[in-house]
Amino acid sequence: MSMDMSEFLEVFFEECEEGLDVMETGLLNLGTGEVDVEEINTIFRAAHSIKGGSATFDMLEIAGFTHVMETLLDQMRSHERVVTTAAVDLLLESVDCLREMIDATRDEEDIDEKRVNNLKQRLEVMLANKDADASEAPETDNPADNVASNPAKEPGGEGWVIDFYPHPDILKNGNEPYRLFEELRQLGKLNVVCNLNKIPDYKNFNPEENYLGWRMELVTTVNEDRVREVFAWIDGECEIDIKRLDTKSNESGSVAPLSGDGEAMSATAVETTTETTDTVSEAASSSGSEAEGANEQNPPAAESAPKPAAVTPSKTSAPAKTSKAKKKPSGESGSIRVSIEKIDSLINLVGELIITQSMLSQFTDEFDMSQIESLRDGLGQLTRNSRELQETAMQIRMLPISSSFNRFPRLVRDMSSKLGKKVELIISGEGTELDKTVLEKIADPLVHLVRNSLDHGLEMPDKRRESGKPETGTIELRAFHEGGNIVIEVVDDGAGINKQRVYQKAVESGVIAPDEKLTDEEINNLIFEPGFSTAEVVSDISGRGVGMDVVRRNINELGGQIYIISEEGKGSTISIRLPLTLAIIDGQLVKVGTETYVIPMLSIDESLQINPRQIKRYKGKIDLYKLRDEYIPVLRLHKIFGLQTDVTRFEDGLLVVVEAERKRVGLFVDELLGQQQVVIKSLEKNFRKVDALSGATILGDGTVALIMDVASLIRQHLLSQGKINNSSLEAA
Amino acid sequence: MKKILAVDDSPTMRQMIVYTLKRAEFEVYEAEDGVEALELAKELDVDLVLTDINMPKMDGIELIRSLRGLAAYNGKPILTLTTEGSTESKMKGRDAGATGWIVKPFDPETLVNTINKVLDR
Repeated sequence: MSMDMSEFLEVFFEECEEGLDVMETGLLNLGTGEVDVEEINTIFRAAHSIKGGSATFDMLEIAGFTHVMETLLDQMRSHERVVTTAAVDLLLESVDCLREMIDATRDEEDIDEKRVNNLKQRLEVMLANKDADASEAPETDNPADNVASNPAKEPGGEGWVIDFYPHPDILKNGNEPYRLFEELRQLGKLNVVCNLNKIPDYKNFNPEENYLGWRMELVTTVNEDRVREVFAWIDGECEIDIKRLDTKSNESGSVAPLSGDGEAMSATAVETTTETTDTVSEAASSSGSEAEGANEQNPPAAESAPKPAAVTPSKTSAPAKTSKAKKKPSGESGSIRVSIEKIDSLINLVGELIITQSMLSQFTDEFDMSQIESLRDGLGQLTRNSRELQETAMQIRMLPISSSFNRFPRLVRDMSSKLGKKVELIISGEGTELDKTVLEKIADPLVHLVRNSLDHGLEMPDKRRESGKPETGTIELRAFHEGGNIVIEVVDDGAGINKQRVYQKAVESGVIAPDEKLTDEEINNLIFEPGFSTAEVVSDISGRGVGMDVVRRNINELGGQIYIISEEGKGSTISIRLPLTLAIIDGQLVKVGTETYVIPMLSIDESLQINPRQIKRYKGKIDLYKLRDEYIPVLRLHKIFGLQTDVTRFEDGLLVVVEAERKRVGLFVDELLGQQQVVIKSLEKNFRKVDALSGATILGDGTVALIMDVASLIRQHLLSQGKINNSSLEAA
Repeated sequence: MKKILAVDDSPTMRQMIVYTLKRAEFEVYEAEDGVEALELAKELDVDLVLTDINMPKMDGIELIRSLRGLAAYNGKPILTLTTEGSTESKMKGRDAGATGWIVKPFDPETLVNTINKVLDR
């Protein structure tokens, strides 16, 4: 039976990712000296699972590397090693390396062997340099009795000769002799010779039965009882005779020359572990299907040595490098793990829907007006069902933001030690759930923001002391729901934004006009402007503004908004407001000619009736509307979309003021229809990409409404009208 | 169809076990730690339990002990899943009352064969 391993790879990689996060978090929580054993246990388990999994998938480098880490962790767990900062640092670095290895494997790229070997070596050096009180063997899997686990030191004088003849049906009970050899080998130096005398003719050969017997020499210091213990499990299912080993006469020789049917034999070297280092000679043989099983378990082990002499298994260091199974390239979002509860409630709701449906279906045959009441009830129920179903279905795509927040303790730890700053990171609301796609796309901008806060927001400890603040600064990451949106905030108690310098810089780089009056808030938010390189604006290193425009663009692409509140000397708060999902938006329906369009509510500032006297024509082609003390360009949607409409005079229609990327325009529409949630259908997938439109939706009456992409609408039309930005308009 | 309860905290391992055993026509249930396994075992009355050793909440050893304490599982086969070479956990499993062990990474055929053998007992 073969198994297509690739099917499980995705799960494994996901598990790895989780495991790595667990390890990282655990290591970061780990204090030094006195440590919480459960914490180490958790880390250990994660490492152990990755090791096991990677071995299963033949990812031997990963398995080997994890094994070394695991060994170190095991020592910590069993108090053989004191947890030092150096050890934690090394383990953290190893986690990184492991992550790279796993990523590389997933992407079918080469593993950076140099880095791996370097780290492995350093881990091994650390393992070798144990403190004096921890001088036991470093092997994780050795039994507790250490006397026995150090057989190599024995001169080879003492030991036991074991004659072991299992009954024919031993294999039927799931007992594999080779396991016993493996166990015995843990006790000392083992030499096994197989007796083939009882093997019958081919005709009489029953592959389910055992015909083999073994004579073993075990060089060890353990007593007879300990040796018998190994056979305890198959007590009564074998003949066993244990004698003292007389080293003078080589007894094994007398067993060796026995002959047998070579064909039926396969001597299997039972050694694939990377864990044992002793070079024990052994040959475990079993017959029929058993041998096959054993072989597959230890794939390329020395096979089919027809001579029943002791085979010296070369340390067949684990399965050969078989060509890797073809893996699917790792897409950003290949699969998603959903909790059973969510699935259950979904199924539950579908059940209810079916009930409602069957209730409604009884009306189809013979309907009379007396039933109108129950029909209305049924429809009400249907509405409720479908709304709940929608919510629950959306829930499936939702993941807690912790998966994104979890990387920050590490980032902050590393960066603060590099910068010489003292920081406490406070995370709250990590259970807040967010659409998976949004979550994936928000990760990088968030890193950027936290990095900036750390680098440029927080001051050095001495400077903080001078200004009367505690030396340790705080950075707070929080997430919460607010009015159908998710809000993520990065708060620091650092220096805040130097408005003077930001303003100056903005003027210098032409982002704003020299005499422009801006509120404090507007000045602060200038840092999100493109082209706002702030090399010396906020800090001496690179400035808070680096790449902030990119951050804002990313967030706008998600239909979100970002702004900063900052108070000089006290700190800054950056707020990101995101829609819960990308699949459904709150939309304002507007009518232009015969068409209905959807404008995302998030981008609408206000809607108003137009006073024609407030309209001014600029350079003879652009209409500007004086909105309070600001002029905003008016875009006639019917012209942009080439539609026929009776509403062409400003006083007949309405102006919807929308904002994107800090630019405001008025959209001239015929009339406002309702507001409703609309499900976005991709135009690209169903038609093709259309500028100024982000998608389409199907309305209740079955007609298709196009959804406007306000940002691209503004960008395009301002571009087409010549370079006009708000500042020059305002100056006009 | 014989019922098997597979207990492992690694989803990969669980999925592989379930896949393998389902193809071998077993009815498979899964649990990710000892606590969950114990509850399921009480509820389902399975024919065989296959459990990992090192797990959060309740480890495999404790699970085996608890199962052996139940009349329904007193005589049923319980196999442990251990990493190759980890004699200590094998022994612990045996002392707790396990019937046998399977080495991870497991070979599907060996897994099925061993389980079949143990069940035929």
